[in-house]
Amino acid sequence: MARATTTRKKIAWTALAWAVGLLIFFPIYWTILTSFKTEAQAINDPPLFFFFDWTLENYSVVQERSDYMQFLWNSVIIAGGSTLLGVIVAVPAAWSMAFVPSNRTKDILLWMLSTKMLPAVGVLYPISLIFVHFGLLDTRIGLVMVLMLINLPIIVWMLYTYFREIPGEILEAARMDGAGLKEEILYVLTPMAVPGIASTILLNFILAWNEAFWTLNLTAASAAPLTAFIASYSSPEGLFYAKLSAASTMAIAPILILGWFSQKQLVRGLTFGAVK
Amino acid sequence: MGNIVLDQVEKSFGNVKVIHPLDLEINDGEFVVFVGPSGCGKSTLLRLIAGLEDMTGGAIRIDGDDATNVPPAKRGLAMVFQSYALYPHMSVRKNIAFPLRMAKMEKAEQDRRVEQAASVLNLTDYLDRRPAALSGGQRQRVAIGRAIVREPSAFLFDEPLSNLDAALRVGMRLEISEMHKRLTTTMIYVTHDQVEAMTMADKIVVLQAGRIEQVGSPLELYKAPRNRFVAGFIGSPKMNFMEGEEAAKHNAHAIGIRPEHITTSDKEGIWKGTIGVSEHLGSDTFFHVHIEGRADPMTVRAGGEVDMHHGDTIYMTPDAERIHKFDAEGLRIE
Repeated sequence: MARATTTRKKIAWTALAWAVGLLIFFPIYWTILTSFKTEAQAINDPPLFFFFDWTLENYSVVQERSDYMQFLWNSVIIAGGSTLLGVIVAVPAAWSMAFVPSNRTKDILLWMLSTKMLPAVGVLYPISLIFVHFGLLDTRIGLVMVLMLINLPIIVWMLYTYFREIPGEILEAARMDGAGLKEEILYVLTPMAVPGIASTILLNFILAWNEAFWTLNLTAASAAPLTAFIASYSSPEGLFYAKLSAASTMAIAPILILGWFSQKQLVRGLTFGAVK
Repeated sequence: MGNIVLDQVEKSFGNVKVIHPLDLEINDGEFVVFVGPSGCGKSTLLRLIAGLEDMTGGAIRIDGDDATNVPPAKRGLAMVFQSYALYPHMSVRKNIAFPLRMAKMEKAEQDRRVEQAASVLNLTDYLDRRPAALSGGQRQRVAIGRAIVREPSAFLFDEPLSNLDAALRVGMRLEISEMHKRLTTTMIYVTHDQVEAMTMADKIVVLQAGRIEQVGSPLELYKAPRNRFVAGFIGSPKMNFMEGEEAAKHNAHAIGIRPEHITTSDKEGIWKGTIGVSEHLGSDTFFHVHIEGRADPMTVRAGGEVDMHHGDTIYMTPDAERIHKFDAEGLRIE
C-alpha cells in the first residue's frame, strides 16, 4: 500500500517536473518555430504549431541584411575574453580566501556579492562617462573589462567554493617540497581544481554571452555582439516576428549547443556546495 | 646535517596558548619522537619546525642558521603527512619527482633518483599509476619516496602510520626505523602511540597541554619517569598507582608499580585480590585484579600459560626496587 503511494507520488512529481521544464522551454521552442514561418504565418491567429509552409527565407534575409559572422566574433571575443581575464584575476583571490582566510574574509565575500544586487542602470552614467573619457565606447576591450568586472564576484565565489574542497595538506606538502606561491597555484592547486574551473568558465561564458544591458548600451557597430544583432531586428512596428526569431535563433544557437554538450559540467557547477 | 634548536618557541591561536615557551635541541642524525595525548600540541610543534605555522614567539635554528622567518620551501626539511597528501593529478613518478622539479634539478638526475627511491620502496611497478589506484601502504611509500629523493637535512613525520591497518603499521614502523639506520638523517616523528615512540625513538619528547613533560631515551623514561603523567603514559599496559596508606609506607604521596614488576602467586603475597578480566596473549597474561578498598582494578602481568581464571584469588608482590614514588605535585621522589 505504502509502495503504491510512493509510486503515485513519483509519477506526480515527474509529471510536474516535465510540465515546468516544458513551460520554461516553450519560448525558445516558439522562437525557433517562428523563425521558419513567413511573416504572415508568424502572427496568424490561432497560432500555427506545426502545419505551415516551412521556409528558410528569414535566414537568408537576415544574412543579407547584416554580417552575422562579425557579431558572432564579437560575442566570442567579449564573452571569452572577459571570462578568461576574470579567472586569471579570481584564482589568486579565491586562493587567499580559501586557504589563508582572515576574520574579514566572509565580509569581503558578501560585500563582493552585494555589488551584484545593485541595479546595473545605477552605474550606467558613471561607466558611460569613463568609457567616453578613455575612448572605450564601442570597443571590444572596453566591454571585456566591464563584463569581467560585473561577473568577477560570481567567479570568485564559485572558485572559492571549489578551492575549499581541496585539502590544505596537499598545498602544504607542495610548500614543503620547495614550491613557492606561484608554483603551488600553477602546478598543484589549478590542476586539482580543473573540473571546478571548467564549470566556472562555462557558466560565466554563458552569462557574458547573454549579457544585454552593457553590450547594448556601450556599443554601436564595430564591437556589437549578438545581443545587439537581435535588438536590431526588434522594430517598433513589430511586424517582423519571423525575422526577429530567425536572428534570435542564430544568436542563441552557439550557446545552446555549447550548453547541451556541457550540461553535466554545468549542473555540477550550479549545484556545487548545495548537494554534497 | 640536521641539527635543530628550538629556543623559547611558543604558539597561540587567538587567546589560546597551544605551545608554552619551550626549549629543545635535536641533534644531527637523531630519531626524535614527539608523543602525547591528542591536543597536546605535538603536531603544532612539528608544523612550527616545518614552517607551516608562524611562531608567536621564540626562535628556531636549523644547522646554526636562524630559520624563524624562513618559508617552509627554503628550510631544507621534508615532511610526510598523516593523509599522505599526494598530488592526485600526478603519477607516482611525478609525485616523487616533484621536489626535484621544484629544485630545478636536471631531468636525467631526477629520473635516476626517482628510479632509485622507487626500487628501495618497492614502487617500481607502480610508477605510472595515479595515487588513487594505490593501496594505503603504497601511498604511504610514495609519500616517503617524495621525502627521501631530495635528501633533506631532516625528515618530519606527522602521525604517518595512523591511517594504516595494524599489521601494515608494524611493518612500516620497521621500514622507517631501517631507513633511519641506513640514511642516518635526523628524523622527527609525531605519534600518539607510545608503542611507536618506544620502539623507534632515540629520544622521546613527552608533551602534555603544550608543555614538555620529559625528554629522554625510551629506557630513561621507562625507568625514571619525571612525574606521574610520564609514568602513566609510557609503558603498556599502564603503570598502577596507589595513594594513601600504601604510599605512606614508602614516605610518598603516591607510588606507582608497572604490571610487569609484580610477582603473582595463588598462595602468598603482600596484596590480595580477585581476578576480574584476564587477557591471554599467549606470551603473557594480563590480569585485572580487584583489591578490596580500591576503585580501579590493578593490572598485573603473569606468565603466558598460568592456570588462573576469573574469580580466583590472587596474591601479588611488587619488586621493591621498581616502585616509583611521587610527591603531592606528582613529581618523582628519588
